[in-house]
Amino acid sequence: MTVTTSSTYHTWRKAKSLLMSGVSFACALLVVAPLGLVLFYLIKAGAGSLDWRFFTHLPKPVGEVGGGMANAIVGTITLLGLASFIGVPVGILGGIYLSEYGTEEMNWWIRFGADILNGVPSIVWGIVAYTLVVIPMKGFSAYAGGAALGFMMIPLIMRTTEEVLLLVPNGYREASLALGISRWRMIIQIVSKTALKGIVTGVLLALARVAGETAPLLFTAFGNRFWTHNLKDPIAALPLQIFTYAISPYDDWHRQAWAGALVLLLITSGINISVRALTRGKASGI
Amino acid sequence: MMKADLTAPGASTASEVAAKQKGKLAFATAAITPALDKVKANNTPSSEMAFDVDRLSGWFGNHQALFDLDLKIQAKAVTAIIGPSGCGKSTFLRCLNRMHELVRGARLDGLILLFGEDVYALHIDPTLVRRRVGMVFQKSNPFPTMTIGENVTVGLRLNGVRSRSVLNEHMEKALRMAALWDEVKDHLDRPGTSLSGGQQQRLCIARALAVQPEVLLMDEPASALDPIATMKIEELIQVLKRDYTIVIVTHNMQQAARCSDYTAFLYMGRLIEFDKTEKIFTNPSNKQTEDYVTGRFG
Repeated sequence: MTVTTSSTYHTWRKAKSLLMSGVSFACALLVVAPLGLVLFYLIKAGAGSLDWRFFTHLPKPVGEVGGGMANAIVGTITLLGLASFIGVPVGILGGIYLSEYGTEEMNWWIRFGADILNGVPSIVWGIVAYTLVVIPMKGFSAYAGGAALGFMMIPLIMRTTEEVLLLVPNGYREASLALGISRWRMIIQIVSKTALKGIVTGVLLALARVAGETAPLLFTAFGNRFWTHNLKDPIAALPLQIFTYAISPYDDWHRQAWAGALVLLLITSGINISVRALTRGKASGI
Repeated sequence: MMKADLTAPGASTASEVAAKQKGKLAFATAAITPALDKVKANNTPSSEMAFDVDRLSGWFGNHQALFDLDLKIQAKAVTAIIGPSGCGKSTFLRCLNRMHELVRGARLDGLILLFGEDVYALHIDPTLVRRRVGMVFQKSNPFPTMTIGENVTVGLRLNGVRSRSVLNEHMEKALRMAALWDEVKDHLDRPGTSLSGGQQQRLCIARALAVQPEVLLMDEPASALDPIATMKIEELIQVLKRDYTIVIVTHNMQQAARCSDYTAFLYMGRLIEFDKTEKIFTNPSNKQTEDYVTGRFG
């Protein structure tokens, strides 16, 4: 085919280019628009019910107006803490194994497993925790909820840790070993330290991811209308409370559910923003 | 104390140790035989040898990178390894401090004695070998999370030295030896990566010297530096050879001619010629060496 050089061809090509740029811009807008709408609607519906009492009071009994979700906010933080006990050490050590020790075939299988686990529906993690924790302990508990979320965090943290460790140039490993530094000290004091920001980022992202999970908590943490004084007892969590309030028939509870959703969104976006702040100053190369 | 750990009593020459090992299931077996006929006594004067390398062969998987290398590296002198890219210079260097085995699938065969002690004996911990044989790499690599001072003392700190005063003393000594002290003494707490390229390389030299090795291996230490910084490194090498044995890999023949006492020419994984530097560059006995040093190939 010969190359057309007429001006009509040129105009047609420009028009096509303009059209396609317009379409891709519209698609980009379509992606961002729901986020804006959700945020707008959440603030509109939830901000009105957000007051001091929301953060400091327990839920009121049905029929009484007012009260707050203090126990759910504290519950969510407690669950995240418990989840970190499982997810952070196992995830980070697993990532170190993948990056520093594993053989190629072994790593392939572990990565394959971790990637499948990352795609497992979160309710399945609830069932796992139910079987492993709730049944042996004969009751719903904060431990069970924390375990469910912790299991979810393991593959997330493992993969991000591995990736940031692999970003550390091999020259640093060789330089350390050439100084007569033993391998485990090299991994902890040189490699992990160099990649620390990335590892912390991975942990925070995993926390943000599981903070909003409802399904794994349904039959593990179970929810609680009061303060939980013993981690062996059921515990409240924001997503659970939102779920319970949203499906209730009471207007006041609906308003509180909106407020709860807004708080949950603020917590997760707070974590995401701190991740951004952490990764912005890329001074040390990682 | 490290020396004591490494000592194989009574084993002082390559062939003796080789004979000792013959019956055992020592490291990679096959070709370790007493090699009296192969010891090239004529190459080197009679003073103390830092390394005695006997029939060293090296592999990466199925690819053989080194073929039956025999040479002796004299203590407190500079030995240059020259040769075209891919001839096995770096591999040879990395065999000397057991860095070669860190590459997946890499193995070697043959014998390397460090002041008479078998570097690859079964009971030898490679980290102890590496403390005695320091290494400086082609690309300067100060640790990015550490200050200038911390970079120098890291080898000591991670080997358990806690005392502030001891660390400071060694840090200053190492920085002075690396001719960097005057340039950095007022900002030791700045990041090591804030220095210029040449300073970073001298920082890496100071870091290697701080653990007080006996030998310093340098893998093309100046190939990424400008002429002035290169000159400083070369001057430094001249000073350091009073206290250290230096083995330097370079593909810059002028550099080898300028700063080394002995030169080994490697080609396709084989040692073609090893002699005093002036002989290699003025009157080489091998045709290939002559072609290489006169720039006819490589």
